[in-house]
Amino acid sequence: MANTEQEILEGLAEIVAEETGLPTDAVALEKSFTDDLDIDSLSMMTIVTHAEDKFGVRIPDEEVKNLATVGDAVSFIAKAQA
Amino acid sequence: MTSDRTLRDVVVTGLGATTPLGGDVPSTWDAALAGQSGARTLENDWAERYEIPVSFAATIKVKPEEVLPRPEIKRMDPSTQYAIIAAREAWADAGSPEVDGDRLGAVVSSGIGGIWTTLDGWDTLRERGARRMLPMTVPMLMPNSPAAYVSLEFGARAGAHALVSACASGAEAIGYGVDMIRAGRADVVVCGGTEATIHPMPMAAFAASRTLSLRNDDPQAASRPYDVDRDGFVVGEGAGIVVLESAEHAAARGARVYAKIAGVGLSADAYHITSPDPEGRGQVAAMRRAVEEAGITGRDVVHVNAHATSTKVGDITETRSIRALLGDDADHVLLSATKSMTGHLLGGAGALETIFTVKAVSERLAPPTINVANPDPELQVPLVRDEPAKLPGGDIAAVNNSFGFGGHNVALVVTNA
Repeated sequence: MANTEQEILEGLAEIVAEETGLPTDAVALEKSFTDDLDIDSLSMMTIVTHAEDKFGVRIPDEEVKNLATVGDAVSFIAKAQA
Repeated sequence: MTSDRTLRDVVVTGLGATTPLGGDVPSTWDAALAGQSGARTLENDWAERYEIPVSFAATIKVKPEEVLPRPEIKRMDPSTQYAIIAAREAWADAGSPEVDGDRLGAVVSSGIGGIWTTLDGWDTLRERGARRMLPMTVPMLMPNSPAAYVSLEFGARAGAHALVSACASGAEAIGYGVDMIRAGRADVVVCGGTEATIHPMPMAAFAASRTLSLRNDDPQAASRPYDVDRDGFVVGEGAGIVVLESAEHAAARGARVYAKIAGVGLSADAYHITSPDPEGRGQVAAMRRAVEEAGITGRDVVHVNAHATSTKVGDITETRSIRALLGDDADHVLLSATKSMTGHLLGGAGALETIFTVKAVSERLAPPTINVANPDPELQVPLVRDEPAKLPGGDIAAVNNSFGFGGHNVALVVTNA
């Protein structure tokens, strides 16, 4: 079942918060994973693994480097679910 | 107790632990002096589901989830979580020494490594495929992970090491820390051991080796070193970490000193993969080397924290070895077997028992050995039972013995500050 973008953002924020210890409201659409949220490549792959599981989508490795911001990831997941 | 050695004196300035008796050193030590047992029935169905003949263990008293933030829990195997908790306590207890990172070492061992992560990863792979494998799996399962995280925590760049020698690992790590300082490679070393193996696979494997106590109906009475009815060891978990410093470094910053690690003795039995040499040659050699390095005589030894795991053969072999080394001087040694209370922390045991030995020397109090209803008639050294026993004043020495599957023997001599 497809999620709304808001649901995806909330779900993703929970995953990021769990991995980084940041509060969920710090995970906003315009935030950069590397520059704003200080997420390294291993953490990013961990987040991707959990997101695939949670949203029932496949995020190929070559796609991950294009996901610069939280908004990029939310859009990608929404499209993949459609 | 003087000698003309030119070895640098190495002192203990910080202690940290998380154990079946308590979440830190003060609570663990108080519980040990009070003769409490950390063994309990497991709150799971492993025994039934997998037909494991043992349904209890000495599980950690304070769960890491109560102490560490969630992201640390997620990226560290439990063995590393325990080590980090103990290391932070030890470092704070030492007064968070200011030291150049190039002069700071980390030596943290585990006997078995990140086995929860290893087995969880295998379950994930079989049930859900490689795509679901977590990227942090390798850095979590590697046996040097506790040493690496401790090095990261304090910026220890003089070296991060993880010596592995089964149940002697924690003591060997401390011995290596002493050597790093004596060799001039570090001024301060954070060192010790950790273990987190209360998972059904290792429980079943230890049970298969017929080394565990099967006293399911009375877990707290199961670990009974030197009692005639002992029937095997009790698996424990947790970590012990100490901060070692060169005496000059500690004095220069006015640090509180608990005791000295005056001698390190290492040997290998080269006899059998699991059984100790019945002649105890390796054990005696390790103790003799430690005593010689400390520049003391057998008469100075007033206390031994025994390896004593509560197995039929091992306990008595060790007391014979102590008698062989000390002769008549063994009559005035007070022997403590603290695994009677903590269970066997495997790779954490030698480190936790070094902490007990350091506390015993600094507080002049040998901890009790519980559950000895009927002492084994072959016991050859006076045993501290039920109540703590006072150690003499003046210059004293104590020995902590740790022996591991594989024939590894480590003896550490602790002397008063």
